[in-house]
Amino acid sequence: MINRDNIVIRTDQLTKSFGDFTAVDHISFSVEKGEIFGFLGANGAGKTTAMRMLCGLSKPTSGEGFVAGYNIRTQARQIRKNIGYMSQKFSLYEDLKVWENIRLFGGIYGLKEDAIREKTEVLLDKLGMTQQRERLVKTLPLGWKQKLAFSVAIFHEPKIVFLDEPTGGVDPTARREFWEMIYDTADKGITVFVTTHYMDEAEYCDRVSIMVDGRIDALDTPRRLKQTFKAESMDSVFTALAETSTRQSE
Amino acid sequence: MVSVSVENIKKSYNKTRALRGVSFEVSQGELFGIIGADGAGKSTIFRILTTLILPDSGRAAVEGYDVVSEYVKIREIVGYMPGRFSLYQDLSVEENLKFFATLFNTSVNENYDMIKDIYSYLKPFKSRKAGALSGGMKQKLALCCALIHRPKVLFLDEPTTGVDPVSRKDFWAMLKRLKEEGIAILVSTPYMDEAALCDRIALIDGGMFLRTDTPENIVKNFRREIISVSSSDMHSLLKDLRTIDQAQNCYSFGETHHVIFSEGVNYCDLSQIADYLSQRGHNDIEIKRIEPTIEDCYMLLEGGRHLNKYDK
Repeated sequence: MINRDNIVIRTDQLTKSFGDFTAVDHISFSVEKGEIFGFLGANGAGKTTAMRMLCGLSKPTSGEGFVAGYNIRTQARQIRKNIGYMSQKFSLYEDLKVWENIRLFGGIYGLKEDAIREKTEVLLDKLGMTQQRERLVKTLPLGWKQKLAFSVAIFHEPKIVFLDEPTGGVDPTARREFWEMIYDTADKGITVFVTTHYMDEAEYCDRVSIMVDGRIDALDTPRRLKQTFKAESMDSVFTALAETSTRQSE
Repeated sequence: MVSVSVENIKKSYNKTRALRGVSFEVSQGELFGIIGADGAGKSTIFRILTTLILPDSGRAAVEGYDVVSEYVKIREIVGYMPGRFSLYQDLSVEENLKFFATLFNTSVNENYDMIKDIYSYLKPFKSRKAGALSGGMKQKLALCCALIHRPKVLFLDEPTTGVDPVSRKDFWAMLKRLKEEGIAILVSTPYMDEAALCDRIALIDGGMFLRTDTPENIVKNFRREIISVSSSDMHSLLKDLRTIDQAQNCYSFGETHHVIFSEGVNYCDLSQIADYLSQRGHNDIEIKRIEPTIEDCYMLLEGGRHLNKYDK
């Protein structure tokens, strides 16, 4: 059951239109503290637009949303202080060294010099990257970059971390290691809001929503979704829903 | 008929040995998959075969033409879709297609039958700029541009990365049709379900092929005891499974965890494992003996090896 006091993301009829195109169409849902919430949908279903609104990067056309207790319409600045964000496309500065990236993001998130230094050591040790501290990020393999990017996104211990396709293109072993980091993060009480195109990863989420044409057409635990759709796997659930789409592109 | 042949190709970038001696052949009408981690050497193979870089040693030929001495011939007969979206973002869908057709001295009309099925999805957006397309549409456009000169060999470097499951299925259905026209297709992918759709696959790690075979044979040669396990607390279950003697690899696999046992374990006692787990406080324990998938084979062959590579 959802505990109201524990809600860290809540939206009510949240909508975003571009001209006469409704990218996000009246979505209402909530996410609890420490939950791993999978935000699924086909390319062009409206996931990125919705996520940008939740991160305070884009204003809704109508409807309301609260993230970490702040209004996405009026308190974007406070929201950005309380969240972490990582996407597959942008995460780290390729031409900076490993430690320089950590230093930079620590500073951006307003951490003190001493705290950054101390936490950097702990972080490098945990990632097994102490030897790599002087390496340029662009020379790291993708799987390592993603793990470092995730660590940097939660370096300031935010209430919520948004992960936009964090494991795209990563091999099966590295993907699993990444998910173990997600579990550890959720265990610490940080809410993980994640998009993915890997349906096995959908199974690892506590709850999953599936967007179709800007709407959230399903939202439940993976187990119950499979029961509802009488499907063997999340892949079949996803396919069944995505095929109802009438949108031709984004 | 052999379409692509590679003999002991090696390639280094400064001190990094990207390919340490790779050999394989691909026949006309064959769909050949190269499966491996990022940095394993997949893209280097594609770049050598499309004549964008030279191998340090070894020989490779595409449709009988040598990649070094006859590179001009090869460029006329191959289609290449690199890992990153490589079309002109500021040109429209239609303009991109025309541009690539013109480069190869042909026209869109002349080879329209090649791309008709795929282009039908794109047609409604033909005047949209390529940069403004969704991920699935960009990938379809890139494939059209790689096909517009009717290539004999198609090189696709991670064509479906970042693409949703439904578009991925559409994409593979297209590849199957192209294959039936006799085109040889080399494709790399991080998706193990796609590996199973290839005629043959090579598992690559550290610049070497670990195994090259049909997906069926790779599964057949697994020869290990493998089980799937689930309980009410999946996260702690994984940690507890790793404490089992002779459990060599334990990893999450969709809604269950998989355990691969060490060599020599033939028929483990499932009830004993269930007892062990319930002693550790697990409820609703379900254990099943299973058939391995390609992904399990990958986890066994490659899994764990590259993880320690950067600790040296």
